[in-house]
Amino acid sequence: MKIHEYQARQLLASYGVPVPAGQLARTSEEAVHAAERIGLPVVIKAQVLVGGRGKAGGVKVARTTTEVRDAADAILALSIKEIPVKAVLVAEAVDIRKEYYLSVTVDRAEQQVVCIVSASGGVDIEELAVKEPEKILKSHIDPLQGPDEEALRTFLSEAFTPALVDQALATVLNLYRLLIEKDGSLVEINPLAQIDETTLIAADAKINFDDNGLAKHADVEALRTEEEYSREEIDAKAAGLSFVSLDGDIGCIVNGAGLAMATMDLIKLFGGRPANFLDVGGSSSPEKVLTALRILTRNRHLKAILINIFGGITRCDDIAKGILIARDRIELPVPLVIRLIGTNEKEGRELLQQAGLDAASEMTEAVKKVLERAKAGR
Amino acid sequence: MAILIDENTKVLVQGITGRDGSFHAVSMLEYGTRVVGGVTPGKGGVQVHGLPVFDSMGEAVQATGADCSVLFVPARFATAALREAADGGIGLIVCITEGIPVLEMLGNTRYIREKGARLIGPNCPGLISPGRSKVGIPPGPIHKPGAIGVISRSGTLTYEVVYNLTLEGLGQSTCIGIGGDPVIGTGYIELLEMFEKDVETEGIVIIGEIGGEDEEKAAEYIRRAVSKPVVAFISGRTAPPGKRMGHAGAIISGGKGTAAAKVEAFEAAGVPVADRPDQIPGLIREKLGG
Repeated sequence: MKIHEYQARQLLASYGVPVPAGQLARTSEEAVHAAERIGLPVVIKAQVLVGGRGKAGGVKVARTTTEVRDAADAILALSIKEIPVKAVLVAEAVDIRKEYYLSVTVDRAEQQVVCIVSASGGVDIEELAVKEPEKILKSHIDPLQGPDEEALRTFLSEAFTPALVDQALATVLNLYRLLIEKDGSLVEINPLAQIDETTLIAADAKINFDDNGLAKHADVEALRTEEEYSREEIDAKAAGLSFVSLDGDIGCIVNGAGLAMATMDLIKLFGGRPANFLDVGGSSSPEKVLTALRILTRNRHLKAILINIFGGITRCDDIAKGILIARDRIELPVPLVIRLIGTNEKEGRELLQQAGLDAASEMTEAVKKVLERAKAGR
Repeated sequence: MAILIDENTKVLVQGITGRDGSFHAVSMLEYGTRVVGGVTPGKGGVQVHGLPVFDSMGEAVQATGADCSVLFVPARFATAALREAADGGIGLIVCITEGIPVLEMLGNTRYIREKGARLIGPNCPGLISPGRSKVGIPPGPIHKPGAIGVISRSGTLTYEVVYNLTLEGLGQSTCIGIGGDPVIGTGYIELLEMFEKDVETEGIVIIGEIGGEDEEKAAEYIRRAVSKPVVAFISGRTAPPGKRMGHAGAIISGGKGTAAAKVEAFEAAGVPVADRPDQIPGLIREKLGG
């Protein structure tokens, strides 16, 4: 899960990391009030959960009240990567002498937390990693022992001047504590700004959380912004389905994430375009199939639906029951192709046959069939 | 031979009194697995399907001589259960549980390794040595004893591939689901090494997916150290970047973990990559020389 910059800086501040004064504003009026309270000049920053807002004109410096009003109006009228800007952060414009990059995140290959530092901050770290990898320094933190302060101090000395090392170390320890205590997957400050001889301040912040950890942290869950997800994705999540919208026209309902991706890939391989990823999960109840069909059929571009089930924990008869219930309750506007195999396949097929429906047993055959029917429109 | 489990493996079910644990304990018994008991804290002394239930892993291991455990406990209890299994002296821990926070797994994988145990999973279907033993949830009837080793990050996609192998007369030595999470106990390379040494295994199928760089590293390892024929399949070629495709580990981020990079790495290592699951038997047969 991602959170906004204004939420991330509040969280950082509560962990003892210095941040410039700032306030959220939803109108240009509110922005002007915020700027008056903070003191000019200020930076006005779009609060959206996508990257590249600077390039899209979503960050502006304002030196006068008129500039604050104009900048806020302009940014609040923007859509960045199709996401409308609904709020701006009005932040104290600090005088930056040098920009650093600092983050703690999970290194999945090394199976440790890693602290990443660069003295060339302020730029896209992923671009920097490709173009000038030697400018990025990494130090791993043992998952059972926790941070080794002396080793970290030595490591940070490679990037920071002696006068800043203590503060950099304190910041790393605070970021690490935040990551561990809140099940973060990334805590990033970019830039970490040096504003005088001895002071570092978090001029921008990004925090991502592990979805698997959210059940432990109601305070983090409360920071969720639904903007990150489509309406369908939100409804699917509430029903316990794993769903991602795509831009094609063949709807897919599959059990298991790997098989769901393989089904999408096969549709593409035969010249079609999948409309979505949808994993009904294990031990799927008939109701889940009904909900899945309801969510899929909201898509106006849909031309056909493929249900691909390889029964393991999931039982084919449960899926068949779900399909029959859905047929009674909702009108399917597009052709439906079913593939059923595995646990209780015989019972599932019988249920479908009684209702005049048939099911394929091979995946390739089912994918070819759904594309033909999408083309024919029946 | 097979790897990791066979007819002698003695299995404890952690979370045996739960819905999934009790269902799959029976399914494993029916398949022929030597299930010797289960553990649910606070439920010691009762029986489930004739199997003794213990309060702790220490007690259970002592009473049964088990060398393997399989976890069906809810995610919030999984860390304690995993460490208890390692402390109890279990050699092979198979974690079916899904949804364990990554940071907990960082500590757990390390803890288990330091105790000298091996972890498969989490968020995996478990493993099966067809005709001998299954530990976890794979459906028995689609498998067939034979000479192909299967390693997969997926669940049902593995069944799809195994079903196609069996249909074409290619039985399996052992099939292992390593799990769909970013941090797992046992990866491709260790299993490739075991299959390479296993006299019964003649060919290997790897089923990967988008996210991380494990497939690329496996490809590099195969090039250097695996003499047996290997065929791969990668799911997620159509997945958009930045979106988690069900599995926590299946996400393309920062331009890394794409299907294209993985396919390229395998092909550069001389490992053919199937476009479709039903092409895998043909490719492996070709590599085996008819």
